[in-house]
Amino acid sequence: MNPELRDLYQEVVIDHSRKPRNFRKPEGANRSAEGMNPLCGDEIKVHLKLAGDVIEEIGFEGAGCAISKASASLMTTALKSKTKAEAEALFQRVHSMLTSGQGNVRLEELGKLAALSGVWEFPARVKCASLAWHTMRSALDGAGTRVSTE
Amino acid sequence: MTALAQRSVAGAPGLDVEKVRKDFPILAQEIRGKPLVYLDSAATSQKPRAVIDAVVRYYLQDNANVHRGVHLLSERATKAYEDAREKVRQFINAAGAEEIVFVRGTTEAINLVAQTHGRARVRAGDEVLITEMEHHSDIVPWQLLCQEKGAVLRVAPIDDHGQLVLEELERMLGPRTRLLALAHVSNTLGTVNPVRRIVEIAHRQGVPVLLDGAQAAPHFPIDVRALDCDFYAFSGHKLFGPTGIGVLYGKSELLEEMPPWQGGGDMISSVTFEKTTWNKLPHKFEAGTPDIAGAIGLGAAIDYVSALGFAAVAAHEHDLLSYATEALRDLPGLRLIGTAKEKASVLSFVVGDVHPHDVGTILDQEGIAIRTGHHCTQPLMRRLGVPATARASLAFYNRREDVDALVAGLHKVQEIFR
Ligand SMILES: Cc1ncc(COP(=O)(O)O)c(C=O)c1O
Repeated sequence: MNPELRDLYQEVVIDHSRKPRNFRKPEGANRSAEGMNPLCGDEIKVHLKLAGDVIEEIGFEGAGCAISKASASLMTTALKSKTKAEAEALFQRVHSMLTSGQGNVRLEELGKLAALSGVWEFPARVKCASLAWHTMRSALDGAGTRVSTE
Repeated sequence: MTALAQRSVAGAPGLDVEKVRKDFPILAQEIRGKPLVYLDSAATSQKPRAVIDAVVRYYLQDNANVHRGVHLLSERATKAYEDAREKVRQFINAAGAEEIVFVRGTTEAINLVAQTHGRARVRAGDEVLITEMEHHSDIVPWQLLCQEKGAVLRVAPIDDHGQLVLEELERMLGPRTRLLALAHVSNTLGTVNPVRRIVEIAHRQGVPVLLDGAQAAPHFPIDVRALDCDFYAFSGHKLFGPTGIGVLYGKSELLEEMPPWQGGGDMISSVTFEKTTWNKLPHKFEAGTPDIAGAIGLGAAIDYVSALGFAAVAAHEHDLLSYATEALRDLPGLRLIGTAKEKASVLSFVVGDVHPHDVGTILDQEGIAIRTGHHCTQPLMRRLGVPATARASLAFYNRREDVDALVAGLHKVQEIFR
């Protein structure tokens, strides 16, 4: 396997795509949003249980490629118990990692999310990895609108 | 083993693929350090040097507007443009060159028919019949028409192999059906529809038929008179010609009675502010300056394919399709989508639970170009119960090595997603 592919399909990514965490609508969810990536047909719903400013529960449903599923799954594990502001800050850092590579972010601060650090080398796949994050943001905003990455 | 079988083992007779490949400069390149394996010809085909040269020559030597200049360049451009129309006429065996309308592509051809013939004939409560395997470009124009007119869009079903259920289709043709529109060859499944029989069935009910030939014209000779279809649409870019040019064939009686589509220069005979009269066919439907270079390139593409000979092309592609079908069937966990008895050059598949988009990315790293997704046939995907497929599509410049590379690439996919 060439190094780029190995960076893209890291074990953590394969694992989370095969066994997505929080793959459900959590009890008491009070915010959700839908996202889609028309190019590959990825569709995702992100559900939040927001208590005040804190994301008490987060889950997702949907179908998509390994990158979009793993990204959604990793996101749910990272955002549980985080505040809105922390979620937004993490969004910015993940976004930066996905679009411009590792240069601008300290991967060790991203924990398991760093497994997606190989995505930026595949411009066609950046949308797959960012879909869940955009959808989460839309749910947080309470806009509840449909997010499309096209 | 029969002589024929023996020959087909060694590769089909008549087509020297290595020689043919030299005519396609783009194929001789490396992608990410690997030789390019182009298996996406159903999306768009590659162009032989003869086509590229014809376009360049036109711009270097003959460029002028058509049908309007008295000067020599305009005469040359007009002649080259009209010669291309004649080549298309011969290519699909139309009765007259006035039945060949140059358009942007299949999509525009279908929209033209929907907006002229369709708008003039379809009334509230009428029906337009299509099939479950149609490309979006043979769905949405009819949807728009039906919405506007209060008409009903009906959809003839397919079976699990991806073949039309003819009895159902026949049953759905009724006194209110104004038009039947269907693909000659499915871009997602590769199914070759028995269009000659279907046209006969539809005509028995007095229903005109439009054939979407986007995926048929690159693979076998089209004879619109033998088919007796009323309209036939195809794209130059899938037929080894340039993008931006395509063809609408229509029977002259139908084209005559149709109102014009777009208004502008070239499509008129005389204009006053009170009244305009239309130019004769086919110019009535060609408003504005056409894609002259595109038409000339398409003419060159037709010359090129005709010189190869469709018999040789078909034999080679048939051999390659069987070879590829067997090779893919042997891959554990791979499921072919579209297993019609009559197929042309398209292999859609899914690999276990791996999403086609991941398949596409991994193959691309090996220099292999395929298409993944819904292939502009979302309703068909829903019918088949898959969100997307991976699709390898073949042209005469492909060879068994390309299929072998695909299989090796798919092994990689399975390795990564063990
Ligand atoms: C069956 C079929 N119909 C119509 C089209 C649309 O052709 P174009 O995009 O050239 O107008 C395509 C091309 O993707 C096709 O495969």
